[in-house]
Amino acid sequence: MSLIKAENIKKDYQVGELIITALDRVSFEIEPASFVSFVGPSGSGKTTLLNLIGCLDKPTGGTLKVAGADVASLDRRERAAFRGTNIGFIFQDFNLIPVLTVYENIEYPLLMVQSVPAAERKKRVTALLEAVGMIDQKDKYPDQISGGQKQRVAVARALVTNPKLILADEPTANLDHKTAYMVIELMKKMRDEFKTTFIFSTHDQKIVGEAEIVYMLEDGELKGKEVKGGGGNG
Amino acid sequence: MGNLFKIAIRNLMRYKRRTILTASLVAIGMIFVLVFIAITGSFKNMMIGGITDSMLGHIQIHKKGYVASIDNSPLTLNLKPQAVAKIEQILQRMPDIKAYSPRIKFAGMFSNFTETTPIRLNGVYPEKEPKTVPLLLARIIEGEKRITKGEILIPELLAKGMKVKVGDSIVVIATNKDGSVNGKQLRVGGIMESATGPGGRDGYIHIEDAAEILRMDQMEISEIAMQLTDFGKLHTVENRLIHALSGQLNNQGKPIFEIHTWEKLSPFYHLSRMIDAMAFFVKLMLISIVLVSIMNVMVMAVYERIREIGTIAAIGTRPGKILSMFVIEGFSLAVFGALIGNGFGLAIIYILRQVKITFSFAMHTGLVLMPSIRVSEILTVSLIVVIVAVLGSLQPAFKASRMEPIKALRHV
Repeated sequence: MSLIKAENIKKDYQVGELIITALDRVSFEIEPASFVSFVGPSGSGKTTLLNLIGCLDKPTGGTLKVAGADVASLDRRERAAFRGTNIGFIFQDFNLIPVLTVYENIEYPLLMVQSVPAAERKKRVTALLEAVGMIDQKDKYPDQISGGQKQRVAVARALVTNPKLILADEPTANLDHKTAYMVIELMKKMRDEFKTTFIFSTHDQKIVGEAEIVYMLEDGELKGKEVKGGGGNG
Repeated sequence: MGNLFKIAIRNLMRYKRRTILTASLVAIGMIFVLVFIAITGSFKNMMIGGITDSMLGHIQIHKKGYVASIDNSPLTLNLKPQAVAKIEQILQRMPDIKAYSPRIKFAGMFSNFTETTPIRLNGVYPEKEPKTVPLLLARIIEGEKRITKGEILIPELLAKGMKVKVGDSIVVIATNKDGSVNGKQLRVGGIMESATGPGGRDGYIHIEDAAEILRMDQMEISEIAMQLTDFGKLHTVENRLIHALSGQLNNQGKPIFEIHTWEKLSPFYHLSRMIDAMAFFVKLMLISIVLVSIMNVMVMAVYERIREIGTIAAIGTRPGKILSMFVIEGFSLAVFGALIGNGFGLAIIYILRQVKITFSFAMHTGLVLMPSIRVSEILTVSLIVVIVAVLGSLQPAFKASRMEPIKALRHV
């Protein structure tokens, strides 16, 4: 069964009296444990699509099912709960909470979203800190670590709730190439270890090469799909 | 909940200068209110104490209708001995009543044999009156501090005006309830300062002298004044008395007695109400300060952290929890400000007590201001600050909780 099934999804934005179509009749399917990338130039609709998959927004038309749930039918509260259980996010700007330490940032979703008991939280956070190589930095605050380290913390935070899906919008855009590769490798390693589906958007061709399935977007339309092996199919 | 507090406090510490400034504003407001309440409360208590303990007593019982015509001191509305005995029986059974004093009050003329002036006389029992109004004898500024048969205590200004001094003989003339006039020669036993100010014309004589002047066959009483063990129970005791005396009805089935607290007998009650009203407006000012400053800080906090709100909302934090985060931040800021305000406020009150500032009230001079504040007042003011801060945080917090994560994440 597909983790994500999109059928003719459409997303329009109204700007004044003008209606802008950000996505038009986009259809695809993504299997569990895939490592997928959406590529395309700026304004092609990558972020809009990721926002729809991430239940941050609703499609204007078509059907989008994520982990069996029809995204359009969920209300605000249900979408928050759905995201907290099923989806992890990695942001371009890392978006760590500045007043929390590395450890506390990773712990945050377990504590504030899922109310996981303390012992279980400690076990999961420590395991992920070791997995992303940040155990020795756990008591530092975000402004005391590098961009690459921040993104590793963000990966750990996204994984800590054992979500079915992790969405990363331009996760390497603010990193140098070497660090960017390391982050993508880390994401792949985490996919292998936790069997979590990773979907990321990028316009960096070198990073695109790391994805197992690549969807090409242009002007809001899906222009092609490239399967490099190892992942699911759509 | 503990984690919400941890995040709130760390967010407050993130903008230390702003937090300290806002907390200082709340604290200054609180200090102002606490010191104001302590000073005015002290003044009010001294004023009330001065009036009740030197003249009125805490509660008085009269015959129904007496107070309505109290300016005329109507002798026809005096209490008969049987009625007085009934009241005394009741009062003796009430542990909240520390002392009581029956009085005969009447209007008369005061003559020094060359001049005559009106006077209002209080016939009192020498042993009962000082227990009921303990400051009475302290008001005697010349002569023996006592009430003796055959003597009269007269107000200071009357003594000056009539050019009489302690030891002089004077005559008191009064009309009794039958309309006949009688007089009695008395010796000036003491000169007293007025409890109410320059206009006071109350003189004191022995109750038996009063009965003799009024040619009473039996002791008829104008009023019974009471001193309570606890002034705070004023209205409780008043209600108990009303209940205890409610069964005493006349032939028409109407109550024989009326009970009045000092509040209904003294115009100074309105002054005390004005002090209360001023304290209320000062509290309103505090509320405004807290509301505006906390709201301002929280609006700024929400605006500055839009992307953070977007992040925590995106990763699944429920709107209610986001709302709680900001409300707790406002709450913590108010508690911080309130603690500082309480600390400094109490310190200032303590210093004022040590400094012993003096002031004058009515005819009293050199009164020492001893500001004090009840724990309940401190708690009330602190609670007001915290509640107002929470209310002030609600709007920005609500805005944060309703933010669409997608829009918040796009915010630059």
